[in-house]
Amino acid sequence: MKKTPLIILTFFAVALIYSTSWLPNLGDPQSLHHREHSPIGSQVAADYYIKFAGQDAASPNIVTVILADYRAFDTLGEIIVILTAGIVCFVILRKNL
Amino acid sequence: MITSSNNPILIIASRFLTPFIQLFALYVIVHGHYGPGGGFQGGGILAASIILLRLSLGTEKSEKVFRRTWGIPLGFFGALVFFSIGLLTMLFGGNFLEFDELGLLGFNKVGSHFYGILLIEIGVGIAVMSTIVSIFDNLSGELDGD
Amino acid sequence: MIEFFLGHQLYWVVSLLIVVGLYGMLVKKNLLKKVLGLNIFQSGIILFFVASASKRNATVPIVEATTKIIDSSQYINPLPHTLMLTAIVVSVSVTGVALALLIKIYQKYKTLDEELLLKQMQ
Repeated sequence: MKKTPLIILTFFAVALIYSTSWLPNLGDPQSLHHREHSPIGSQVAADYYIKFAGQDAASPNIVTVILADYRAFDTLGEIIVILTAGIVCFVILRKNL
Repeated sequence: MITSSNNPILIIASRFLTPFIQLFALYVIVHGHYGPGGGFQGGGILAASIILLRLSLGTEKSEKVFRRTWGIPLGFFGALVFFSIGLLTMLFGGNFLEFDELGLLGFNKVGSHFYGILLIEIGVGIAVMSTIVSIFDNLSGELDGD
Repeated sequence: MIEFFLGHQLYWVVSLLIVVGLYGMLVKKNLLKKVLGLNIFQSGIILFFVASASKRNATVPIVEATTKIIDSSQYINPLPHTLMLTAIVVSVSVTGVALALLIKIYQKYKTLDEELLLKQMQ
């Protein structure tokens, strides 16, 4: 390997390991995105979804309820992304220009 | 154009396995309610079954299962199913994709959420399957015939 | 000290995966290997988010259909799983379009090597 990619890769690895050491421990129930109330006093979104998603939609699977009921607009945008990729592949590889 | 394989074991095994893979994919889509699964996962497995047929039987013989010209129009049909559920809730007097208003069709409040999520997942599954198969068809040969 | 090591070792392993993907994108000369390096990079990012959503002594986010009070420390965080489904679909789309562009490059220049391509384009 030449010198420039080696320096860039080492710098990137050191930066990643240093910055992930500031994260909380894995699986800590008191970290900021797992607890019940944020430091201001409002409710954390993940906690609300676990508590109320089963009753709101009569369905045990919380991930599908979030994808198709609370955040259905993002799923619509997602379908548009994958349809655009399909059309772009067709347009690039056509034969008669 | 992919030509058919010479090995009879490959042809017989893939023709035998394809209905079971498709049945499992339908199970994953519809059971997104009660367990892990949903639209994107089931659409991927359904696309995998058709790509298996394309690789082992060749492009000409597997045209009978899924035509090459059906790829992109079926994808837009899946998006149309999604949109029409949203427009249906607007027709009954609510906002876009507000499932409470589907109760005018005769369901109670919780049942309308149930059926709304089910129809959305079916639409997502159809769209994802046909787009992945059409990307594969475009990458492996031309659509106007060689 | 032991707790710091046990709580952070997963992030170090994911950093190794990301660096392997970046090595593939920077150092390799064939264009197809660069596209595969991009795919490894995306898989590393998705693994990082999904793994950071776990909680100690908690189970999968599928509740039984009862109306009792749900204790939210028994189930893992479902929000990163939802966002990463979107990221997987984006990864598939980017790989498909990149491979289509590679086919067009090969049809015109008859090679996929980076240095020969740069010489032919001048």
